[in-house]
Amino acid sequence: MTPQPGPDRVTVGQPPSAAAGTRLDPWLGSYAERTHGMKASEIRALFAVANRPEVVSLAGGMPFLDGLPLDTLSRLAADVVAKRGLQALQYGSGQGDETLREQILDVMALEAISAHPDDVVVTTGSQQALDYVTRIFCDPGDVVVAEAPSYVGALGVFRAYQADVVHVPIDASGLIPEALEQTLARLKADGRRVKFLYTIPNFHNPAGVSLSVERRPRILEICRRYGVLVVEDNAYGLLGFDGDPTPAMRSMDDEGVLYLGTFSKTFAPGYRVGWVVAPHAVREKLVLASESAILCPSNAAQIAISTYLATCDWRGQIKQYREMYRERRDAMVGALSEHLPDCSWTVPDGGFYTWVRLPEGLDAKEMLPRAVTARVAYVPGTAFYFDGQGADHMRLSFCYPTPERIREGVRRLATVVSGEAELVELFGTAGHPDTEQVQAPSPDLA
Amino acid sequence: MTAATPAPRVVVLAGGLSHERDVSLRSGRRVAEALRSTGAEVVLHDVDADLAASLRELGPDLVWPLLHGATGEDGSVRDVLSLLGIRVLGTGARQSRIAWDKPIAKTVVARAGLATPEFVALPQTLFRELGAHRILDAMVAHLGLPLVVKPSSGGSALGVTLVTAPEDLPAAMVECFAYSDVALVERAVTGTEVAVSVLDTGSGPFALPAVEIVTDGPYDYDARYNPGRTEYFVPARLSDEVAGRVAGAALAAHAALGLARLSRTDLIVDADGTPWFLEVNVAPGMTETSLLPQAAEAAGYDLGALYRALVDAELDA
Repeated sequence: MTPQPGPDRVTVGQPPSAAAGTRLDPWLGSYAERTHGMKASEIRALFAVANRPEVVSLAGGMPFLDGLPLDTLSRLAADVVAKRGLQALQYGSGQGDETLREQILDVMALEAISAHPDDVVVTTGSQQALDYVTRIFCDPGDVVVAEAPSYVGALGVFRAYQADVVHVPIDASGLIPEALEQTLARLKADGRRVKFLYTIPNFHNPAGVSLSVERRPRILEICRRYGVLVVEDNAYGLLGFDGDPTPAMRSMDDEGVLYLGTFSKTFAPGYRVGWVVAPHAVREKLVLASESAILCPSNAAQIAISTYLATCDWRGQIKQYREMYRERRDAMVGALSEHLPDCSWTVPDGGFYTWVRLPEGLDAKEMLPRAVTARVAYVPGTAFYFDGQGADHMRLSFCYPTPERIREGVRRLATVVSGEAELVELFGTAGHPDTEQVQAPSPDLA
Repeated sequence: MTAATPAPRVVVLAGGLSHERDVSLRSGRRVAEALRSTGAEVVLHDVDADLAASLRELGPDLVWPLLHGATGEDGSVRDVLSLLGIRVLGTGARQSRIAWDKPIAKTVVARAGLATPEFVALPQTLFRELGAHRILDAMVAHLGLPLVVKPSSGGSALGVTLVTAPEDLPAAMVECFAYSDVALVERAVTGTEVAVSVLDTGSGPFALPAVEIVTDGPYDYDARYNPGRTEYFVPARLSDEVAGRVAGAALAAHAALGLARLSRTDLIVDADGTPWFLEVNVAPGMTETSLLPQAAEAAGYDLGALYRALVDAELDA
């Protein structure tokens, strides 16, 4: 059979009239206003290459799970169904499993937080807590104040709810109190409604820095004075490489702080269990938000985590993670010193990321195709800003690749940076402003 | 239609390590799905270290490379498949290599009498040796503005910039060289942007109706893959005479470049109705928003049956 075009061979579809075009989406007129800003990003497409084994991905934020006791965990998962199956497979409470909420208090006690199980709302990862918090507080046009730079996943939530993000500078000791005060004063003078400060005080994603203990009460005091709630996002606080965890901001203020926690980095992200601790009135709203969004978080996942906490050495696991990530941080920082002397970077005391400043005139987003060709990937800095800043930075993750692969990745990156620097010098282009929103890869890009 | 013959076993190659991996994977899934609907046995495979061993084990009747960019389109994967003694759907390695290199392809079709915008193709090293700004100034003086700067190979408009002011040219060059060592800089032709797919299901090449592309900005990555950004008219809003000229140009390019089984030629039709050849693709996109499937569906084809006809024709050849 040889198909030939012509009406007698029509098997599917209607020939369109010549006057009517198609946009390939019959529902184009139906989308909400907030949907129209979403774009198909070539940067995101480039990340598709990053999950191939040939590529050293310094882009994703995937924890390295190979050290988990999988035998034990598989028995534990089987027990969840065998012993508590009728509960695990049933609907549960919108606020989350009560036993787990009690256990979460033990985890938070490591950062000096004292709370009541009733203050805790279990969520599907802390990402969902972020969604609920933004949903109950932000109307379109409201302001969220966040560090410059800030977590790309949070910026995405704020954008989805049509909030505006105003960035506040940070330094090696985290958020700068004076800058925060100036920003809040300016926003107040401008008549803007600031709903909360979103902050990552420990081992910041992407900046790698931590808010010093001295600054914490000052930040809280400023926010209190301006009537601004603090949303403390603490995914990495227990993954410090030296010394004891720093007291959480929530431990210093239980009325003005919403605290977001997660098991994704200290145990494993696959169960998607996180939580938010909130003053009781806010917590009631969060529970309602949870019920309307998902009815209840997964009972099976919560019981699995609860059983893990009750029967496994979770503190030992965290210690193991800290040691492993410290070794990888050392590999990253050592390789950067060796191969990228013209760049500067933060040296994190914990967490997953370092924040690298490129030589003048280089644009991390424009350089990414060259990096992918060289089989290395990173996240361009613009992903971590609401307003197109950050072109001269890139986030490098050291959580997933082995130290050897990290060194190889940085070595490849060095050739990319030098090639790009040569090109920029050749054409005399200094970084030109780019307001296009860069999306980050999903965290599983390793 | 295929009940009498045994179902062909086809390996669709998609993915690879190019910048267009994501698009290729989507194309591959679509084609695999459409072919399966005709009863063909289809395995979707990435281009990776397992490929040669997998192909030996699978022993397919045919491989359909749906690789976009780099080794997938430049002929090298086809060379390897030939070395393995595997039958491949589409254009051969040597012709793929010519079509893949946009400056060479333009030269070949120009010799065959087609109009193609005046251009220069310059490697990055030359700018270093001769002084970048001197060359850029000469390009603007000679070709005029606006200019299109694009990597000499590759698709999906990656690294492509329309330059309307001379001061934007250096940045466009930097962006282009992030994708390729050679930049193609050509005079921008104003007109109607169309794409014409050419197929050959055994009785010789024929053109599908031209697809007209209308965007509110450049037909860039977002405009290509984010449904809604671009309005498509199939067939293109051209007079019968111009439509015939456009189809003729695509068929002529297909023939001049020695392409086989399927290709897509991108053209601009100027105010006088002259089609200007921009580039040709030996592995055109087959995603939900791609141009070849749109043209085929508008012409009344069932995609599964059409793709199957291409497979059968290749196996009968």
